[in-house]
Amino acid sequence: MPLINFANPSRFLAFVHRVLPWLAAATVIAFAVGLTQAFHAPDDYQQGATVKIMYLHVPAAWLSMFVWGLMSVSALGTLVWRHPLADVAAKSAAPIGAAFTLVCLITGALWGRPMWGTYWVWDARLTSVFVLFLMYLGVIALYFTAEEPSRAARLAAILTLVGAVNLPIIKFSVDWWNTLHQPASVIRMGAPTIDPSLLKPLLMMAVASMLLFATLHLAAMRNEILRRRVRTLRLMQASEARA
Amino acid sequence: MSATMLGPHADFIVASYAAALIVMLLVIAWVWFDHRRQTRILADLERRGITRRSLRPDQP
Repeated sequence: MPLINFANPSRFLAFVHRVLPWLAAATVIAFAVGLTQAFHAPDDYQQGATVKIMYLHVPAAWLSMFVWGLMSVSALGTLVWRHPLADVAAKSAAPIGAAFTLVCLITGALWGRPMWGTYWVWDARLTSVFVLFLMYLGVIALYFTAEEPSRAARLAAILTLVGAVNLPIIKFSVDWWNTLHQPASVIRMGAPTIDPSLLKPLLMMAVASMLLFATLHLAAMRNEILRRRVRTLRLMQASEARA
Repeated sequence: MSATMLGPHADFIVASYAAALIVMLLVIAWVWFDHRRQTRILADLERRGITRRSLRPDQP
Protein backbone atom coordinates (compact mmCIF):
# COMPACT_ATOMS: atom_id res chain seq x y z
CA MET A 1 0.00 0.00 0.00
CA PRO A 2 1.52 3.38 -0.96
CA LEU A 3 2.43 5.72 1.91
CA ILE A 4 0.16 8.46 0.55
CA ASN A 5 -2.89 6.29 1.43
CA PHE A 6 -2.10 6.85 5.10
CA ALA A 7 -2.50 10.60 4.60
CA ASN A 8 -6.17 9.87 5.19
CA PRO A 9 -6.55 9.56 9.01
CA SER A 10 -9.60 7.26 8.71
CA ARG A 11 -7.64 4.86 6.53
CA PHE A 12 -4.73 5.05 8.96
CA LEU A 13 -7.04 4.26 11.90
CA ALA A 14 -8.37 1.20 10.07
CA PHE A 15 -4.78 0.08 9.42
CA VAL A 16 -3.87 0.52 13.12
CA HIS A 17 -6.99 -1.39 14.18
CA ARG A 18 -5.91 -4.34 11.99
CA VAL A 19 -2.20 -4.33 12.84
CA LEU A 20 -2.10 -3.43 16.55
CA PRO A 21 -3.13 -6.82 18.08
CA TRP A 22 -0.53 -8.67 15.96
CA LEU A 23 2.16 -6.16 16.83
CA ALA A 24 1.35 -6.40 20.55
CA ALA A 25 1.47 -10.22 20.39
CA ALA A 26 4.81 -10.11 18.54
CA THR A 27 6.17 -7.73 21.22
CA VAL A 28 5.21 -10.09 24.07
CA ILE A 29 6.74 -13.10 22.28
CA ALA A 30 9.94 -11.20 21.41
CA PHE A 31 10.39 -10.07 25.03
CA ALA A 32 9.73 -13.61 26.31
CA VAL A 33 12.42 -14.99 23.98
CA GLY A 34 14.82 -12.09 24.60
CA LEU A 35 14.57 -12.21 28.40
CA THR A 36 14.95 -16.01 28.42
CA GLN A 37 18.09 -15.71 26.27
CA ALA A 38 19.39 -12.83 28.40
CA PHE A 39 19.10 -14.73 31.66
CA HIS A 40 20.64 -17.87 30.19
CA ALA A 41 23.55 -16.00 28.61
CA PRO A 42 26.93 -16.37 30.33
CA ASP A 43 28.27 -13.67 32.64
CA ASP A 44 30.90 -11.31 31.31
CA TYR A 45 34.47 -12.27 32.29
CA GLN A 46 35.09 -8.80 33.73
CA GLN A 47 31.66 -7.45 34.69
CA GLY A 48 30.09 -10.67 35.95
CA ALA A 49 26.28 -10.79 36.08
CA THR A 50 25.93 -6.99 35.86
CA VAL A 51 26.22 -7.45 32.09
CA LYS A 52 22.52 -8.40 32.25
CA ILE A 53 21.79 -4.68 32.65
CA MET A 54 23.17 -4.26 29.13
CA TYR A 55 20.11 -6.07 27.69
CA LEU A 56 17.94 -3.17 28.88
CA HIS A 57 20.40 -0.30 28.70
CA VAL A 58 21.70 -0.68 25.14
CA PRO A 59 18.32 -1.21 23.35
CA ALA A 60 16.90 1.75 25.34
CA ALA A 61 19.87 3.88 24.23
CA TRP A 62 19.42 2.84 20.58
CA LEU A 63 15.68 3.56 20.76
CA SER A 64 16.23 6.95 22.41
CA MET A 65 18.25 8.04 19.36
CA PHE A 66 16.11 6.24 16.79
CA VAL A 67 12.93 7.92 18.05
CA TRP A 68 14.49 11.38 17.81
CA GLY A 69 15.62 10.49 14.28
CA LEU A 70 12.04 9.46 13.45
CA MET A 71 10.76 12.72 14.93
CA SER A 72 13.26 14.60 12.75
CA VAL A 73 11.93 12.93 9.60
CA SER A 74 8.39 13.75 10.80
CA ALA A 75 9.51 17.35 11.38
CA LEU A 76 10.54 17.53 7.72
CA GLY A 77 7.16 16.03 6.86
CA THR A 78 5.47 18.83 8.83
CA LEU A 79 7.58 21.73 7.51
CA VAL A 80 8.30 20.66 3.93
CA TRP A 81 5.69 18.16 2.72
CA ARG A 82 2.91 19.17 5.17
CA HIS A 83 1.83 15.54 5.51
CA PRO A 84 -1.28 15.43 7.75
CA LEU A 85 0.10 12.62 9.90
CA ALA A 86 3.66 13.93 10.25
CA ASP A 87 2.94 16.08 13.30
CA VAL A 88 0.72 13.34 14.75
CA ALA A 89 3.67 10.93 14.46
CA ALA A 90 6.15 13.37 16.03
CA LYS A 91 3.89 14.40 18.90
CA SER A 92 3.00 10.78 19.71
CA ALA A 93 6.63 9.62 19.58
CA ALA A 94 8.02 12.26 21.98
CA PRO A 95 6.76 10.80 25.32
CA ILE A 96 7.74 7.27 24.25
CA GLY A 97 11.22 8.44 23.24
CA ALA A 98 11.53 10.27 26.56
CA ALA A 99 10.59 7.04 28.38
CA PHE A 100 13.27 5.04 26.54
CA THR A 101 15.85 7.77 27.28
CA LEU A 102 14.86 7.73 30.96
CA VAL A 103 15.29 3.92 31.03
CA CYS A 104 18.71 4.37 29.40
CA LEU A 105 19.78 6.95 32.01
CA ILE A 106 18.46 4.98 35.02
CA THR A 107 19.89 1.62 33.94
CA GLY A 108 23.18 3.31 32.97
CA ALA A 109 23.47 4.83 36.44
CA LEU A 110 22.65 1.50 38.09
CA TRP A 111 25.24 -0.25 35.90
CA GLY A 112 27.82 2.48 36.48
CA ARG A 113 27.77 2.31 40.29
CA PRO A 114 29.15 -1.26 40.62
CA MET A 115 31.42 -1.00 37.53
CA TRP A 116 32.77 2.57 37.72
CA GLY A 117 32.18 3.27 41.41
CA THR A 118 29.79 6.12 40.62
CA TYR A 119 26.22 6.56 39.43
CA TRP A 120 27.01 9.58 37.31
CA VAL A 121 29.84 11.59 35.77
CA TRP A 122 29.50 14.60 33.50
CA ASP A 123 31.40 12.95 30.63
CA ALA A 124 30.48 13.62 27.00
CA ARG A 125 28.34 10.51 26.43
CA LEU A 126 26.31 10.74 29.63
CA THR A 127 25.85 14.49 29.33
CA SER A 128 24.77 14.37 25.66
CA VAL A 129 22.17 11.67 26.45
CA PHE A 130 20.94 13.76 29.38
CA VAL A 131 20.62 16.73 26.98
CA LEU A 132 18.57 14.47 24.66
CA PHE A 133 16.24 13.68 27.58
CA LEU A 134 15.83 17.41 28.31
CA MET A 135 15.09 18.05 24.62
CA TYR A 136 12.34 15.41 24.70
CA LEU A 137 10.83 17.17 27.72
CA GLY A 138 11.16 20.49 25.87
CA VAL A 139 9.23 19.20 22.84
CA ILE A 140 6.51 17.71 25.08
CA ALA A 141 6.25 21.01 27.00
CA LEU A 142 6.00 22.92 23.71
CA TYR A 143 3.01 20.85 22.59
CA PHE A 144 1.33 21.52 25.94
CA THR A 145 2.00 25.27 26.04
CA ALA A 146 1.34 26.42 22.45
CA GLU A 147 -2.38 27.11 22.17
CA GLU A 148 -2.72 26.80 18.38
CA PRO A 149 -1.92 23.18 17.26
CA SER A 150 -0.47 24.17 13.87
CA ARG A 151 1.83 26.71 15.54
CA ALA A 152 2.87 24.09 18.11
CA ALA A 153 3.58 21.66 15.28
CA ARG A 154 5.86 24.14 13.47
CA LEU A 155 7.73 25.17 16.63
CA ALA A 156 8.19 21.55 17.73
CA ALA A 157 9.41 20.60 14.24
CA ILE A 158 12.04 23.37 14.30
CA LEU A 159 13.18 22.39 17.82
CA THR A 160 13.36 18.73 16.75
CA LEU A 161 15.51 19.51 13.70
CA VAL A 162 17.84 21.71 15.76
CA GLY A 163 18.05 18.94 18.38
CA ALA A 164 18.99 16.37 15.72
CA VAL A 165 22.49 17.89 15.83
CA ASN A 166 22.85 16.10 19.18
CA LEU A 167 22.49 12.62 17.60
CA PRO A 168 25.98 12.42 16.01
CA ILE A 169 27.39 14.03 19.16
CA ILE A 170 25.92 11.20 21.25
CA LYS A 171 27.11 8.54 18.83
CA PHE A 172 30.68 9.80 18.41
CA SER A 173 31.17 11.36 21.88
CA VAL A 174 33.09 8.26 23.00
CA ASP A 175 35.49 8.68 20.04
CA TRP A 176 35.87 12.46 20.10
CA TRP A 177 36.51 12.85 23.85
CA ASN A 178 37.97 10.83 26.69
CA THR A 179 34.94 9.36 28.42
CA LEU A 180 34.35 6.99 31.30
CA HIS A 181 31.75 5.37 29.05
CA GLN A 182 33.18 2.59 26.88
CA PRO A 183 33.44 3.00 23.08
CA ALA A 184 30.93 1.37 20.72
CA SER A 185 31.10 -2.42 20.66
CA VAL A 186 28.18 -3.34 18.36
CA ILE A 187 27.43 -0.53 15.86
CA ARG A 188 30.97 0.30 14.76
CA MET A 189 33.32 0.06 11.79
CA GLY A 190 34.34 -3.58 11.48
CA ALA A 191 32.75 -6.49 13.31
CA PRO A 192 31.18 -6.18 16.79
CA THR A 193 33.71 -6.73 19.57
CA ILE A 194 31.10 -8.31 21.83
CA ASP A 195 31.03 -12.12 22.15
CA PRO A 196 28.25 -13.80 20.08
CA SER A 197 26.86 -15.47 23.23
CA LEU A 198 26.10 -11.98 24.59
CA LEU A 199 25.31 -10.37 21.23
CA LYS A 200 22.47 -12.75 20.33
CA PRO A 201 20.27 -11.95 23.36
CA LEU A 202 21.16 -8.26 23.00
CA LEU A 203 19.90 -8.17 19.41
CA MET A 204 16.74 -10.08 20.42
CA MET A 205 16.05 -7.54 23.18
CA ALA A 206 16.65 -4.75 20.65
CA VAL A 207 14.05 -6.31 18.30
CA ALA A 208 11.61 -6.65 21.23
CA SER A 209 12.16 -3.00 22.23
CA MET A 210 11.64 -1.88 18.64
CA LEU A 211 8.38 -3.85 18.47
CA LEU A 212 7.29 -2.30 21.79
CA PHE A 213 7.99 1.14 20.40
CA ALA A 214 6.08 0.40 17.17
CA THR A 215 3.08 -0.88 19.17
CA LEU A 216 3.03 2.09 21.54
CA HIS A 217 3.64 4.60 18.76
CA LEU A 218 0.80 3.36 16.55
CA ALA A 219 -1.54 3.29 19.58
CA ALA A 220 -0.47 6.80 20.63
CA MET A 221 -0.95 8.07 17.04
CA ARG A 222 -4.46 6.62 17.03
CA ASN A 223 -5.17 8.47 20.31
CA GLU A 224 -3.82 11.73 18.90
CA ILE A 225 -6.06 11.45 15.80
CA LEU A 226 -9.07 10.85 18.06
CA ARG A 227 -8.03 13.82 20.26
CA ARG A 228 -7.94 16.07 17.15
CA ARG A 229 -11.38 14.82 16.11
CA VAL A 230 -12.71 15.70 19.56
CA ARG A 231 -11.20 19.17 19.25
CA THR A 232 -12.73 19.70 15.79
CA LEU A 233 -16.16 18.53 16.96
CA ARG A 234 -16.04 20.83 19.98
CA LEU A 235 -15.09 23.77 17.77
CA MET A 236 -17.99 22.88 15.41
CA GLN A 237 -20.32 22.63 18.39
CA ALA A 238 -19.21 26.04 19.64
CA SER A 239 -19.59 27.70 16.21
CA GLU A 240 -23.05 26.12 15.65
CA ALA A 241 -24.14 27.28 19.10
CA ARG A 242 -23.12 30.86 18.19
CA ALA A 243 -24.90 30.77 14.81
CA MET B 1 16.72 -17.10 38.77
CA SER B 2 17.48 -16.27 42.40
CA ALA B 3 19.27 -13.13 43.53
CA THR B 4 22.29 -15.16 44.68
CA MET B 5 22.81 -16.37 41.10
CA LEU B 6 23.10 -12.74 40.01
CA GLY B 7 26.26 -12.26 42.02
CA PRO B 8 27.28 -9.57 44.50
CA HIS B 9 25.59 -6.79 42.50
CA ALA B 10 22.17 -8.46 42.30
CA ASP B 11 20.49 -5.37 43.82
CA PHE B 12 21.61 -3.20 40.90
CA ILE B 13 20.45 -5.76 38.32
CA VAL B 14 17.03 -6.23 39.96
CA ALA B 15 16.64 -2.44 40.39
CA SER B 16 17.42 -1.90 36.67
CA TYR B 17 14.79 -4.39 35.52
CA ALA B 18 12.25 -3.04 38.03
CA ALA B 19 12.84 0.57 36.92
CA ALA B 20 12.54 -0.31 33.21
CA LEU B 21 9.34 -2.27 33.91
CA ILE B 22 7.79 0.59 35.89
CA VAL B 23 8.62 3.23 33.25
CA MET B 24 7.26 1.09 30.40
CA LEU B 25 4.12 0.12 32.37
CA LEU B 26 3.47 3.83 32.96
CA VAL B 27 3.72 4.52 29.20
CA ILE B 28 1.43 1.56 28.40
CA ALA B 29 -1.09 2.78 31.02
CA TRP B 30 -0.96 6.32 29.58
CA VAL B 31 -1.69 5.04 26.05
CA TRP B 32 -4.44 2.70 27.31
CA PHE B 33 -6.28 5.26 29.46
CA ASP B 34 -5.86 8.01 26.85
CA HIS B 35 -7.56 5.77 24.26
CA ARG B 36 -10.43 5.00 26.62
CA ARG B 37 -10.83 8.70 27.41
CA GLN B 38 -10.85 9.90 23.78
CA THR B 39 -13.21 7.09 22.71
CA ARG B 40 -15.61 7.95 25.56
CA ILE B 41 -15.62 11.67 24.70
CA LEU B 42 -16.22 10.96 20.99
CA ALA B 43 -19.09 8.57 21.80
CA ASP B 44 -20.60 11.19 24.11
CA LEU B 45 -20.41 13.87 21.40
CA GLU B 46 -21.98 11.54 18.82
CA ARG B 47 -24.77 10.65 21.24
CA ARG B 48 -25.55 14.37 21.45
CA GLY B 49 -25.70 14.52 17.63
CA ILE B 50 -22.35 16.27 17.20
CA THR B 51 -20.62 14.31 14.45
CA ARG B 52 -18.29 15.03 11.56
CA ARG B 53 -20.11 16.53 8.57
CA SER B 54 -19.06 13.57 6.39
CA LEU B 55 -20.91 11.19 8.73
CA ARG B 56 -24.17 13.14 8.88
CA PRO B 57 -27.12 11.48 7.10
CA ASP B 58 -28.25 14.77 5.51
CA GLN B 59 -24.92 15.19 3.72
CA PRO B 60 -24.63 14.15 0.03
